[in-house]
Amino acid sequence: MTDAGSSVTINKNRPTVVVDDVHVNYKTFASGKAAANNRQLLRRQRGVRIVHALKGVTFTAYEGESIGVVGHNGSGKSTLMRAIAGLHTPSKGSVYASARPALLGVNAALIPDLSGARNVIIGSLALGHTPAEAREAYEEIVEFSGLEEFIDLPMKTYSSGMAARLRFSIAVSRDHQILLVDEALAVGDKEFKAKSEQRIRELRQQAGSVFLVSHSMRSILDTCSRVIWIDHGNLKMDGDPDEVVAAYQASKN
Amino acid sequence: MSSTDLDAYAREHGLERVGARPPFTEYVAELWRRRAFAFTMARYKVQASMSDNRLGMGWIVLKPILNAALFGLIFGVIMPSDSRPENFIPFLVSGVFIFEYFSKSFGSGARAIIGNSSLVRSLSFPRMLLPISSVLQQVVELVPMLIVMGAILLFFGEPLTWGWLMIVPIMALMTLFNLGVALISARLTVHMRDVTQFIPLITRVLFYSSGIFYSLELVLKDDPELLRLAQLNPVHDYIALVRGYMVEGNVVSPLIWWVATGAAFVTFAIGVVYFWRAEERYGRD
Repeated sequence: MTDAGSSVTINKNRPTVVVDDVHVNYKTFASGKAAANNRQLLRRQRGVRIVHALKGVTFTAYEGESIGVVGHNGSGKSTLMRAIAGLHTPSKGSVYASARPALLGVNAALIPDLSGARNVIIGSLALGHTPAEAREAYEEIVEFSGLEEFIDLPMKTYSSGMAARLRFSIAVSRDHQILLVDEALAVGDKEFKAKSEQRIRELRQQAGSVFLVSHSMRSILDTCSRVIWIDHGNLKMDGDPDEVVAAYQASKN
Repeated sequence: MSSTDLDAYAREHGLERVGARPPFTEYVAELWRRRAFAFTMARYKVQASMSDNRLGMGWIVLKPILNAALFGLIFGVIMPSDSRPENFIPFLVSGVFIFEYFSKSFGSGARAIIGNSSLVRSLSFPRMLLPISSVLQQVVELVPMLIVMGAILLFFGEPLTWGWLMIVPIMALMTLFNLGVALISARLTVHMRDVTQFIPLITRVLFYSSGIFYSLELVLKDDPELLRLAQLNPVHDYIALVRGYMVEGNVVSPLIWWVATGAAFVTFAIGVVYFWRAEERYGRD
């Protein structure tokens, strides 16, 4: 391990992501008691419940930072990632970024009916590769994923770990200025994890910013230069990895 | 730092708001740059849907043939009437096949966003590519369908004429119309899942009112007002145009051309703008 994730410096670098008082509301379909609470007269929607997932989060990320995001399940970490990636428009506040952030999540397969190989091509094209670039990147992606043997099988037959590996490999095939990794490292085996962490450090060195959501404090401490703690939709702490992780772990007990 | 400061700070460093709906022209340019995505996805989806079935590609044409056979049996043999023209089989087959193109575009367009939610949630790209891709998929399937339709028409004694080439501009107009319908229904189902429940019903109403197993022109020949009203249905008009050029004894009135052309461009334009305006909403819930 290198000392990639050590100190926090007062950053005079260019900002890459500005998260400005972001609030996110989810509309979900609930049942039972939760459903009965929210009945509006004019727009009656049965069982709709508003979940206030983020309640005004503000911070700025700078070039070359890799930021760990910690918090309990349901604290709003993934929502924050989706808001930064532009996949979920904030109900209040805004996110600014120097480039289009790419999110790597743990969702199910991209298109379950298609083979891994075809998902690689579709994924690369969706990321903005030209068809020629997609074909070029193909070998590299498959090799990185280590799934050569299974690449012709439909993605619905993959285990969640295999699917996550493939998605991760697709996403990091491009140099992203801003990469958001949501738990994607938790599923791979040890060897793949090491490979991914290496790739994250590389991306960071290319003057990018990396956000890493993880429940593994080891991963966070190994790769991050700054940690943000999200608690019940609020930003509870932001700073040096050792301090924040220590405070977070203390709160659990 | 207060909110306005951060906003100014971000802009000063050249940061842009994430997820903001791009201006229309920029959006269209982005669509064009990513067109390979729509084409590739359409092609893969056709192949995937085929490989699951033993008959594969055969189902694309077999389904409308079976449909036509069923209607032919019921309305041509069991309950014949004078609302049906002489050469009933070519008339029926052309109607069923062309309608199939519409109903499949409508149905798959409606599922384009909600049926690809994991894709929409994990990658950001102009969402309009999905409904476009779903209609492209139908275009790919249309080709073998038209070939089989032509073969059936020839087999039942329709003469092969230069007029048959008119199928190309007619299908081009219909594709624009179908794209518009797919874009509108793709957004509607995002707002209200309930819409998907109505789609089979709407499709059926259109099927019965578009004169597929009977001739609207024959049934309503004594009521020109009502006939004109029925001819304002674009789905009927695309079918009527195809019959007018490929099946003998069908005459195309100028009104039908006007409606077919107008509906294609207007529906397409409305669909594109309507879909684009909700770009920030897709994949949110």
